[in-house]
Amino acid sequence: MFKVLLLCAAAFAQPKGRPASPAEIAPRDITVFADGRGLPPGKGRASEGAAIYKSKCAECHNDRGEGREGQYPPIAGGIGSLTSTKPRKTVGSYWPYATTVFDYIRRAMPFDHPRTLSTNEVYAVTAFVLHLNGITALDEELSEKTLPKVAMPNRDGFVPDKRPDIRSKR
Amino acid sequence: MKKERRRFLALGAGVMTGSGCKAPIEKSESGAHMRAYGERSPHENTVRVIRELTKSPGTGSSRTPHADLFGTITPSALHFERHHSGVPSIDPAKHELLIHGLVEKPTVFTMADLKAFPSFSRIYFLECGGNSIGDQSGNTQPDVQRSHGLLSCTEWTGVPLKTVLRELGVKTEAKWMIAEGADAGRMARSIPVEKTLDDALLAYGQNGEALRPEQGYPLRLLLPGWEGNTNVKWLHRLEFATDPAMSAKETGYYTELGKDGKAQIFTFIMEARSVITRPSGGHTITPGFHEITGLAWTGRGRITRVEVSADGGKTWADAALQEPVLPLAVARFRMPWEWDGKPAVLQSRCTDETGYLQPTHDEIIEVRGHFSNYHYNAIKPWRVAADGKVTHV
Repeated sequence: MFKVLLLCAAAFAQPKGRPASPAEIAPRDITVFADGRGLPPGKGRASEGAAIYKSKCAECHNDRGEGREGQYPPIAGGIGSLTSTKPRKTVGSYWPYATTVFDYIRRAMPFDHPRTLSTNEVYAVTAFVLHLNGITALDEELSEKTLPKVAMPNRDGFVPDKRPDIRSKR
Repeated sequence: MKKERRRFLALGAGVMTGSGCKAPIEKSESGAHMRAYGERSPHENTVRVIRELTKSPGTGSSRTPHADLFGTITPSALHFERHHSGVPSIDPAKHELLIHGLVEKPTVFTMADLKAFPSFSRIYFLECGGNSIGDQSGNTQPDVQRSHGLLSCTEWTGVPLKTVLRELGVKTEAKWMIAEGADAGRMARSIPVEKTLDDALLAYGQNGEALRPEQGYPLRLLLPGWEGNTNVKWLHRLEFATDPAMSAKETGYYTELGKDGKAQIFTFIMEARSVITRPSGGHTITPGFHEITGLAWTGRGRITRVEVSADGGKTWADAALQEPVLPLAVARFRMPWEWDGKPAVLQSRCTDETGYLQPTHDEIIEVRGHFSNYHYNAIKPWRVAADGKVTHV
């Protein structure tokens, strides 16, 4: 019994698994942070993104980001609607960081073939979605340097967890 | 009723003695073949209701049919689902978990590596942060499956994340862990490092067998008591960092828009709630005895009390809790009830070990408005009409 315990202790003295080299980590590490860390070098304009959007995005998101009723929520519009009786949460009205738009398009879009767009295409489509929301100009070039500086309308719209915020009584 | 039962028993005694009984004994045939992997009886047909995006197969939700289930454990085949990019097909021999970022020794683990750690099993509930969205926004659902079906309870098996992290050494400047799945959309959520060193589990087992593909096969993150979306399925990467990723699913979604236009972010804990599962919406009952039964759960530990009302909340009585009541698991409650045939409104409310009492719908609307969407946990009333039909209120 004592020998068995000793064997176990020896087995757990070193990490299982194998060391991950930087070369192995790099292609898997796709996280983009709000301050721009993780953004790959590249650039694109909304004017370039329009054609990509039309062929690869509009089927679900609709021509101008209106979405499809009951299936795909709108990604454009709704700015100023959050306190109304019909709030419309979109990239423009709700998302606090432009980097999130890039990150999400790069990792998850187009829906049926994620991660098939080139880096420059992701910048271009990101620029087009921001342009649909009136946030950036049609010919404004976005890159790993400029994207984190894009001012999103709802940047200050978030607060930490306040719960328990309801104190029910018997 | 009692008299009939006695008569039946007396007749049975006569048969037992056998003397003078000429009725032929009942015949039978040999049974069915054995089955290598079991299935339920063909007479049992309760299923999940599925809502799937038409252009995105495998993306959507399915809901546990609570009105048809017993006890506290959700059968794996009926566990709720919420997929954001379909269900990937993963060969466990090729699956790897990469842990990197602010750790001393970035490491890749195979499934065999992870299963070599001491295993750990616990029963935990899992609830989607968006369970019952319709009940808050005014789109009230007709039955308990549609209103509360994004909740299930399972015995999960895996290795505690802190056991694995001890081998790697998390650096002190790490405040968040970004968990990413191997689904098509690489869904990612940021988790405060405190939870990763507390009760987080790298789960590979579900109710005694491997995870179902829909539950993240071969590996998922399990964060007891926290909203379902943070329990990342098909887990293949954990990155330790100074900041959260601010991913789409933790900013654009799973944040709670309040009345003032500000949204609460990183609201992880599922607060205490309960619901009557029988009788419930869609049932029709007859006057006489009924057992009211349902489920209660809390992300803050144990349920300590469940009360039931049959008069719309004017009076309450304590329900019996099925022991053992486990922390961060679903508790089953029961209450005997004699229905007099008059209209009634049935509801339950629970209290957890922190003293938190489940709120009413109106109390939630008063504080949060109609559009916070996630983490809605109000008392759920079911109306019983004079004809016995049970509907949502």
